[in-house]
Amino acid sequence: MIETTLNWFAACRVEDAVENGGVCVKRGEEQIALFYFTRRNEWYATQNLCPHRKQMALSRGMIGSAGDVPKIACPFHKKTFSLETGECLSGDECSIQTYPVKVENGLVYIGLED
Amino acid sequence: MKQKKLVVIGNGMVGYKFCEKIISKSNEFELIIFGEEPRRAYDRVHLSEYFNGKSADDLSLSSTDWYTENNITLYLNDPVKEIDRLAKTVHSSHGLTVAYDYLIIATGSAPFVPDIPGIDKEGVFVYRTIEDLDLIANYAAQSTSGAVLGGGLLGLEAAKALIDLNLAETSVIEFAPRLMPRQIDSAGSSMLQSKLKELGLNIYTNKGTSSIEGTDRITALKFNDGSELKTDMLVISAGIRPRDELARLAGIEVGTRGGIIVNEYMQTSDPSVFAIGECALFDHNIYGLIAPGYEMAEVTAAKLCGDHKTFKGFDMSTKLKLIGVDVASFGDPFTTEPDARTILFEDSHKGIYKRINISNDGKYLLGGILIGEAEAYNMLLQTVNNKILLPPNPEDLILGSRGGAAQNENAGLTGLPDEALICSCEGITKGAICTAVTAEGCESVDAIKKCTKAGTGCGGCIPMVKDLMLHTMKQNGKFVRNVICEHFHLSRQELYDLIKIHDLKSYEQVLDNLGKGDGCEVCKPLVSSILASLWNDMILKKGNDTAQDSNDRFLANIQKGGTYSVVPRIAGGEITPDKLVVIGQVAEKYGLYTKITGGQRIDMFGAHLSDLPLIWEELIAAGFESGHAYGKSLRTVKSCVGSTWCRFGLHDSVSFAIRIEERYKGLRAPHKLKSAVSGCIRECAEAQSKDFGIIATEKGWNLYVCGNGGSKPQHALLLAADVDSDTCIRYIDRFLMFYIRTADPLTRTAPWLNKMEGGMEYLKNVVVNDSLGMAAQWEMEMQALVDNYQCEWKTAIEDPEIRKRFNHFVNAPEEKDPTVKFDALRGQKMAADWTLA
Repeated sequence: MIETTLNWFAACRVEDAVENGGVCVKRGEEQIALFYFTRRNEWYATQNLCPHRKQMALSRGMIGSAGDVPKIACPFHKKTFSLETGECLSGDECSIQTYPVKVENGLVYIGLED
Repeated sequence: MKQKKLVVIGNGMVGYKFCEKIISKSNEFELIIFGEEPRRAYDRVHLSEYFNGKSADDLSLSSTDWYTENNITLYLNDPVKEIDRLAKTVHSSHGLTVAYDYLIIATGSAPFVPDIPGIDKEGVFVYRTIEDLDLIANYAAQSTSGAVLGGGLLGLEAAKALIDLNLAETSVIEFAPRLMPRQIDSAGSSMLQSKLKELGLNIYTNKGTSSIEGTDRITALKFNDGSELKTDMLVISAGIRPRDELARLAGIEVGTRGGIIVNEYMQTSDPSVFAIGECALFDHNIYGLIAPGYEMAEVTAAKLCGDHKTFKGFDMSTKLKLIGVDVASFGDPFTTEPDARTILFEDSHKGIYKRINISNDGKYLLGGILIGEAEAYNMLLQTVNNKILLPPNPEDLILGSRGGAAQNENAGLTGLPDEALICSCEGITKGAICTAVTAEGCESVDAIKKCTKAGTGCGGCIPMVKDLMLHTMKQNGKFVRNVICEHFHLSRQELYDLIKIHDLKSYEQVLDNLGKGDGCEVCKPLVSSILASLWNDMILKKGNDTAQDSNDRFLANIQKGGTYSVVPRIAGGEITPDKLVVIGQVAEKYGLYTKITGGQRIDMFGAHLSDLPLIWEELIAAGFESGHAYGKSLRTVKSCVGSTWCRFGLHDSVSFAIRIEERYKGLRAPHKLKSAVSGCIRECAEAQSKDFGIIATEKGWNLYVCGNGGSKPQHALLLAADVDSDTCIRYIDRFLMFYIRTADPLTRTAPWLNKMEGGMEYLKNVVVNDSLGMAAQWEMEMQALVDNYQCEWKTAIEDPEIRKRFNHFVNAPEEKDPTVKFDALRGQKMAADWTLA
C-alpha cells in the first residue's frame, strides 16, 4: 500500500452533529455525509451522493447495523451501505466512498486525500 | 514426506480458485504462483464497480496475508516467459528458474484487438485489468464522449463503466445486426436495445469500423458505410483471445484458432501440465465465464489429489444486470422449430421480453431468454438442468399463474432433486444447502454462505438459497416467525404490547429493553410509529428524531432531486378565499409547483429543506396546520358538498367530514389512513374506496371499512348501518385502535382484513358487539391520543434545536443544496429527471 498523507478538514463542532444520525458537510463543491453513531460511540463519513439514483441524500438517511456492520440507508429507496467499507449491502453493484473521522477539542475532522 | 512442487502460471480468478481448492484438499503440495499483474488476484467479474467507488483492495479476492498464511509463494509483476518441459522448469521475466512436478497454466485471455487503421492512436483502450481501468478513468476526465467497440456482454459492461465516468455521450458499436448476438435472439436484443437507449446509451449495430481518425489522438470513427461518429475515446471489446503463447512455445498442443487443448481432467498434451480457465480449449470450446473456470479448477485439484472428477463441458447460462437491465439466457436459448416449440411474451411498454423453448411433446424446458425481468431465471434454469416435467400450461412459467387456484410457491423447490445445482459458481447443490440448514443449523443466508460458500460468486442464486432455507426450516417443523428484523425477534403486535406494558417512550429505550444490535431502517420507523400510536408525543423529540422515517424526520415528503413537498391540512376540502390567497402567495414566494391532490388539498412541491421552516411559519401564521401528508397517519377526509348546497344531499357531509378529520388528524398507524364522507347514495366522495368511509342514509350514516384504492383496489365493506354521528365515531375509534394494535407493519386496512380469520363478520363482532370487551378501553385510549394532539410543525418552528436540523449544510447553514435542479413545465417547474445510475 502506498501511504498517502491525509488532510484533516474541520467539519463542525461535536454539538452540531446529530446524535445517531447524519449531517451534510460542505467542502468546496463537495458534499460529505457525517454520521455520529452515538450508540456505538463511533463517527463515520461518506460521500453524500447515493450512487443508486444519484441523489444528495445519504446524510438524511437512517443509520443502523447489519450484524456488526454499521450501515446507512438512503432515504429515497432504502439502499443500504456499510459505513466502514462503503459496500452496498442491499445487493446492488454500487458502493460509496468512506472517509476517516477524528474528534479533537470538540471539533470533528474528516480525513481527505488530496 | 517431500512435498510435490506445483507451479501456477497466472494469478487471475481461476488461478486463485485453484489454489484455494488444492489447499483445502491436501497439504502434499508446495505452491508457487507467477502473476503478470502487479496485484494479487481480484474480482474481474465486478470490475466495472471500480468506477462506482470500489477500490482495488475491495475487489481483491484475498487478504494480503492469505498467501503467506497458506505457505504459498507469490511472484507478482513477474510473468513466466518460458516453460522447459524436459527439465520441468519455468523461467520468469525477472530471471527466476523454478522446478515443478506439475504445472498449471491459468493465463486467461487477452482482449482481441482488431487490425483497424489508427488503432494505435492515443485514446484507444482495452478493458481487462485494473491498470486498463485506471488509464480509461484518467483519459475520461478530459473527454466528453466515448465509444465502445463491441456490443457483447463485455462491451456493455465497458459501456456502463463509461457511463459511470460521467461522459456526456456514450455509444456502443456492434458489427453484428444486434447486441449480445451469442446470448440472445434478435427480438430480445431489440428490446434490450430500446431499453438501453432509454437509459441514455447510443447504439449502432451493423457497423463495421474502417478506420480510427485523428492526428495523434482519436477524434472519430469511420465506418464501412461511409458514416462517421465523433468520439474522444474508444474502448475495444471485440472478444477475447486465449493466452496460449507459452504453451505454444513449449510445444504443447493448441487449437487452430487458439486455446490450449485439454482433456476431461484439464490435462494438456503433456500429462504433467494442466490448463484451466479462459486459456483452455475443451471440446473445441473456450469457456469465457467464471463458473466453468471454477469448475475446471475443481477438476484439476481433484485430479492432483487422486479423485477422479471430470469436466463435462459447462452450461453457459447466465443472468446479469447490464446497465440496470436484467438479461438472462439459459439452456439452449436459440433452438426453434422443428426441434422445439417456443413461447414468447413481449411487453414493449415495460420493456420486458421472455422466451422459453420447450420440447415438441411439451414435457421439458430446453432453454430461453429473459430481458427486463429475470426473477424466474433460477427456477427456469433448474427446470432445464434437472429435466423437471413442465406443468400443463408451461406459459405460466414466464407469465405466472393467472386466476384460478393460488399457486403453491414452494412446489418448484420441492420438485428439485438433491443433486440440483443451485450455486453454479461454487458448485453447491440443493442437498448441500438443505444439509447446512438441517445439520449445521444455518438459519440465515449469511450463515449458509459461510458454511457452504453458496452465493459467494456472482450472487445470482441468493433468492433461491433463501427460499430453500425457509422451506427446509418449515419442513423441519421450525416455526418461521414473522419477525420485524434482526434487531427485534418479535412481531409488530408483540412489540406494540410490550412497549405499552413496559411504558417505553423512546426508540433507544425500546432497543435496549426489547431488541439487540443498533437498529436499522426497518425497525426504527416501525418502533417510532408504535410510540406515536401509543403516546402521541411530538415525533421529533430528541432521540426519536433520527429514528423517524425520512419524511417524518423532516415533516415533509422528500421528492425526486431532494426537495420536499408541503401539504397543509384543508379539513374536508373546505377552504376560505383568504387561505387560498395565502397558499398562492407562499408558493409564489418560495417558487413552488402547486397541484390539487386526490384528497382535496393543495400540494406545493420543490421546497428546499432549509425553506421548510420559513414556509410553515407563514402558513401557521395564516391559521394552517400540518396535513401529515408525510406520515403513516390520517391523510384526508374527503367530502362532497352535502345538504348545505346540494339538492340531493341528505346530511351535512362537509361538517361531518371536518369533525372526523379534526378528531383523527395526526393519528399514527401501521400505514396511511384515508377517509371520506358522502352526503347521499350517489357517493360523490368515493367513501367506499377508503379505509373508513361514511355515506348518509335517510336515518343516519352507513359506515364502511377496509377499502382502498392503490395498486389492488378493494371496496370497503359495511360495518354498521343507519347509525347516528356519535355512534359512528365510537365505532371508528374502536376500529382504528384494533387496527393499530394488530396490523403488521405497512399493512393497510384492506389486506389486514383479508388476513383476519373470520373476516368481516369477526370484525363486526369486535367493533359493534364488543366481543373482546375492549371497546371502552379503546375509546378511552383514542380520546387520550386526540387530547394529546399538537401541530408538529408549530412545535418544530418554535424550537431552535429542531429548526437547525433543516439546514442542508451543517457548516454553511445559510446555503441551499446547489445540486438541486428543476426543469420547466407548463409555466411551473418540475424536478429534473433521475440522473441515470
